[in-house]
Amino acid sequence: MWIYIGKRLIASVPILLGLSVIVFAMMALIPGDPATAILGSYATPENVARLNSQLGLDKPLVEQYFIWLGKLFHGDMGRSYALNRPVADEVFERFGATLILAGASLILCSIFGLIAGIAAAVRQFGWTDRVVTFLVLIGISTPSFWLGLLLIMLFAVELQWLPASGMYAIYGGGGPLDLLAHLAMPAVTLAVVATAVIARLTRAAMLEVLRQDYIRTARAKGVSERRVIYRHAFKAALVSIIPVIGIQAGFVLGGAVYIETVFQWPGIGRMLVNAISTRDLLLVQGGVLVVAASYVFFNLLADVAQTIVDPRLR
Amino acid sequence: MLSHIRRIAAAAAITLAALSGTAAAQTPPGLLVVAQIAEPKSLDPQAVTAVNDFRILMNLYDGLVGYKSGTLEVEPALATEWTISDDGKTYTFTLRDGVAFHDGSPFNAEAVKFNFDRMLDENHPFHDTGPFPLSFFFSAVDSVEAPDEKTVVFHLKDPYAPFLSNLAYPTGLIVSPAAVKEFGKDFGRHPSGTGPFKFAEWESNSKVVVEANPDYWKGAPDLKAVVFRPITDANTRVAEMLSGGIDVMVEVPPDNLATFSNDAAFKVYEQAGPHLWFLILNAKEGPMADKRVRQAVNYAIDKKALVENVLQGTAEVAAGPTPPAFAWAYNEALQPYPHDPEKAKALLKEAGHENADLTFYVTEGGSGMLDPVAMGAAIQADLAEVGLNAKIETYEWNTFLGKVNPGLEGKADMAEMAWMTNDPDTLPYLALRTGAFPDEGGFNSGYYSNPDVDKLLEEARRETDQAKRAVLYKKMQEIVRDDAPWAFIANWKQNAVTSDRVEDFALQPSFFLLLDDVKKN
Repeated sequence: MWIYIGKRLIASVPILLGLSVIVFAMMALIPGDPATAILGSYATPENVARLNSQLGLDKPLVEQYFIWLGKLFHGDMGRSYALNRPVADEVFERFGATLILAGASLILCSIFGLIAGIAAAVRQFGWTDRVVTFLVLIGISTPSFWLGLLLIMLFAVELQWLPASGMYAIYGGGGPLDLLAHLAMPAVTLAVVATAVIARLTRAAMLEVLRQDYIRTARAKGVSERRVIYRHAFKAALVSIIPVIGIQAGFVLGGAVYIETVFQWPGIGRMLVNAISTRDLLLVQGGVLVVAASYVFFNLLADVAQTIVDPRLR
Repeated sequence: MLSHIRRIAAAAAITLAALSGTAAAQTPPGLLVVAQIAEPKSLDPQAVTAVNDFRILMNLYDGLVGYKSGTLEVEPALATEWTISDDGKTYTFTLRDGVAFHDGSPFNAEAVKFNFDRMLDENHPFHDTGPFPLSFFFSAVDSVEAPDEKTVVFHLKDPYAPFLSNLAYPTGLIVSPAAVKEFGKDFGRHPSGTGPFKFAEWESNSKVVVEANPDYWKGAPDLKAVVFRPITDANTRVAEMLSGGIDVMVEVPPDNLATFSNDAAFKVYEQAGPHLWFLILNAKEGPMADKRVRQAVNYAIDKKALVENVLQGTAEVAAGPTPPAFAWAYNEALQPYPHDPEKAKALLKEAGHENADLTFYVTEGGSGMLDPVAMGAAIQADLAEVGLNAKIETYEWNTFLGKVNPGLEGKADMAEMAWMTNDPDTLPYLALRTGAFPDEGGFNSGYYSNPDVDKLLEEARRETDQAKRAVLYKKMQEIVRDDAPWAFIANWKQNAVTSDRVEDFALQPSFFLLLDDVKKN
């Protein structure tokens, strides 16, 4: 098991390196440069050239890349041009916020997705199934930024139960309750699509398992229905559900970009959008690298979990 | 299963009720929460370029001079008086007594010299705390001297009349040398100035907090503290305002202004600023090389409809190259080109450019660009009405600047543009002179050239008497309006909404946000 995890981790290094080359090249290919972005309407060729040399951007691209890579191996991700602070400080601060949001969403969508999927499968073609199938269809087709705005209008503006945006109250805030109040709407919004996906796949996986002979055997033996569903069927279905949850983890991280903008969540998705529009190369590099590394990590986690549930994979 | 669902629903309801107790919507008295449109880049006034950042900086720092409230004319601030030598090249300032920076270090002539040397002298030990993108505001400065504690002398290379007004700009705000020495490159996150508020806290992407400076030389402000919150999404900003989470919001989307002005719980403010939205016309080649075609474009565009319908009253129709906010330099006699399609058609016919095909650069959005896509489409329709066929090419802002700033030659006939400046010299000097063609390092992307305009602008920049300068600028505006190197479209009005608990709030034509007199109940 440990050898397997070690191998997977080592295999992820070239992936991340390759990614960093691609990001570097893409940022170089899109028109515009940080100096133009910083100077705005004052971006004369003369001013741009002067600022570029102050930022070290007048060096050849390949040289810039290796300077960045060399520093990275010493744990230095460089300095953001636009924010005037070390990239690592910014990236890890923001990534923490994104993890909280994505983590809460993942928990929500796993719990509700599984419950809904099982409930639908157990009563196939019954009214629970119909309601779940209907809600799943709505959930998958709802644009999440729009849902977020609707929630804000209802819970923050009309009812004034929940704060409209941010991660903590800006005065006298802090503490887990404050965080939960701010987290509720963005986490739910972000979880909707993933919940629907998980529910649909859980339903399908459960239906398939419930048709198997050993389930009939268990029922014939007089095992209680509850035990049949949770111990026999669900455990078997979990093997095909876990990778879906792994994929949803990546999806939730990606979807955080929109949700963070709508709810002003101080996460890494919003940071990346800003960094790209200001052509803040090193910040984009650092951000993408951290997000990519976490994707790799979540996939690994899902694979490991799957191996634990399904002994055949060991 | 049903009972499960009921139990879960009940638990959710209880959680929501418990959480809602913590979401107190009202902000406390004495604490003003301001919604900004973005996270500040830095709180080092010499390192930033965005109005968004200036809004915070003007409350943390003072300059040697400032703008008189409600105008763009300078008045004493950290300097109590000054003299200008007859040749316009030496400015001598007398500094205010007994002022200290927030970190306790004294404000004196050496501190002023340190500020300008840091920005302008590449060999200064703290020049590496930059870069200082707008340092060219002071490129006329040759050297700064501090003959005694209370006197600072600036020697300029050439007479440069906008110098005083540039000192009032955020790039001229005075920072604490002691703090720069202590924090180096991170000074922008540990700012220290002499302003009405002192820096307390900066939590990335959540808030910047400043607290009242009890020792402020103009007297301590009424507010105890101000919180600046970056809320990039306009809809979220509006929702926060409606739910009471913020007290002040700037740059209210036109669609939402009516909501606020019809509600007694809010106050709406508007103030025209030194902003101009225009079309650069390519005077070098193609149909626009003919002055009559450029004038026809000006006649063809229904600016009133643009301002009222597309911009929903958030701007006024522009008459010429200088915004009326520069009251002292603005030519009141100037009238906007009327919307006259018949006249436009006649001019086009006369010039032999009926049914010409044009390439029109439009941007998706950018600093001061208002609603560029919708405006571009409306302009295209107006031009079609007089037989001009404008083909729109749309670009993201930085890409757009990368195409427009090097000049339109060989690429386009017209391009959208907007500028916001602090002196009537800046925009025409950088964008209408022959010496400002893109290959000379200027912004004259449409290659307009008129020796009379060149001469007037050079003279105005050397003239230190404001009344005489004004005459030169007024003459320049007349010529430029007639030559029509641009299509003059709109002057943006800055807007803001506050809750009814905020008092003595005012917007400035400089677009700065000055909060030292504001009260909140």
